[in-house]
Amino acid sequence: MLDWIAGLASWELLALDPPGWGGVLLKGLAVSLQVAVGGYILGFLIGVGGATGKLYGGPILRDILDVYTTLVRAVPELVLILLLYYAGTDALNQLMVLIGAGPMDISGLAAGIFVIGVVQGAYQTEVLRGAFKAVPHGQIEAARAYGMTSLQVLRRITLPGMLPHAVPGLANLWLIATKDTALLAVVGVAELTLVTRQAGGTTKSYFLFFCAAGLLYLMVTLISNVAIRRIERHARRGMPAVR
Amino acid sequence: MSSPHTGAETGALQSPPAVQVADLHKAFGDLEVLKGISLSANTGDVVAIIGGSGSGKSTMLRCINMLEMPTRGAISIKGETIEMKPDGRHGLQPANAKQLRRIRTRLAMVFQSFNLWQHMTVLGNIIEAPVHVMGVPRDEAIARAEKLLDRVGLSDKRDVYPAFLSGGQQQRAAIARALAVEPEVMLFDEPTSALDPELVGEVLAVIADLAREGRTMLLVTHEMKFAREVANHVVFLADGVIEEQGPPDVVYSAPKSERLQKFLATVQ
Repeated sequence: MLDWIAGLASWELLALDPPGWGGVLLKGLAVSLQVAVGGYILGFLIGVGGATGKLYGGPILRDILDVYTTLVRAVPELVLILLLYYAGTDALNQLMVLIGAGPMDISGLAAGIFVIGVVQGAYQTEVLRGAFKAVPHGQIEAARAYGMTSLQVLRRITLPGMLPHAVPGLANLWLIATKDTALLAVVGVAELTLVTRQAGGTTKSYFLFFCAAGLLYLMVTLISNVAIRRIERHARRGMPAVR
Repeated sequence: MSSPHTGAETGALQSPPAVQVADLHKAFGDLEVLKGISLSANTGDVVAIIGGSGSGKSTMLRCINMLEMPTRGAISIKGETIEMKPDGRHGLQPANAKQLRRIRTRLAMVFQSFNLWQHMTVLGNIIEAPVHVMGVPRDEAIARAEKLLDRVGLSDKRDVYPAFLSGGQQQRAAIARALAVEPEVMLFDEPTSALDPELVGEVLAVIADLAREGRTMLLVTHEMKFAREVANHVVFLADGVIEEQGPPDVVYSAPKSERLQKFLATVQ
């Protein structure tokens, strides 16, 4: 059995320095993580704005946000990525030409973060909207009664108050974000999946490299789970345990 | 915080009432809950507001710090009138958010359902408004909070989250939170109505203690005996108007209006 695996794999191909591809894979992982973290943070900002807009905004804002969350959640992510990436960069370039600046070179990383952020934003809006509604109204009322501004109420009371209700949903979305980065391979972002394919294509050791990439994704998830458990414990500090 | 005296203020020798409510109206849609209430409390007064359910007593209290916006009328705290403007839908809205926030820190409300912030410890709840709204240095706020905790008998619960406390303990923590802003006026909105009967006493003891030290308080309550003991003025609300008011002994022993007589007969 071990011979069989050893026959498929030449371990020296995973060495960090060329001719090994280990370093390339790790660099791809770093890009994947940057896109995931950046996109997730952007998505969170969109989500907080979107959820507050949906709950407290005027009718026009609510309609716009409804269209956004419905459309983004209805269209397959791969289609969205192709659409936003090509159409988005194209539109930006035309705009740059229009205002007199030359077409700019948009980095794949920035575009990837934008695309993942827009997708995450739609899902996070819905997760956060539900969580916001779970904060008892009396706590918000008390905050207002003691003279807080709307922004203070949001930052000091509503956001930490809704966190225990949001963490499970947000944790799910984080894990999805880490894997959505693989879709960016189709538009040529040098993230983990794309460099794995390159490594496999060059060396013909597809099995070895995709197993290695799979292990890296697994490690990201396992480490994330540890962090998520800590965050959840912290968010639920004021809540008695239910067994 | 008193405004400079002008020639128009001839009676300025006497300090203005701590709370003055003038011709207060409140409607929820077509439902008129308050139909013109005028009320004034001087510094050191303990005013008990009694009345049947639906008489508008909680709504009136909540209009004073604008948790409910009045549809008509005026509220003044220590002579300063809260600025309001029409909201374009037959009601009013705050005209000066900054002034409203400042006045709100001078009015501390204690709620029926405590409304402690669940993600903060008892201490965190008490220092929240002093530190984050009023800008009191953190150590100073903590030192003061510890004295207040001692006063309401919760020193050992300092670092506990509200959900782990009994209702009576939560309400005492909420009273400490109210005291922490060093309010001019305390507003109690049925502070014992959500408590189990055996926990009512510990909360009433704290409130009575505050009344004795001369705090200005407006107290909406169902505890008739308690209201009689601590208040120096009792207001009876019925159907959104003040049906009768006066010193507790007079209101309780010699009620003039038929409705108050009936009300007292049913609750005593």
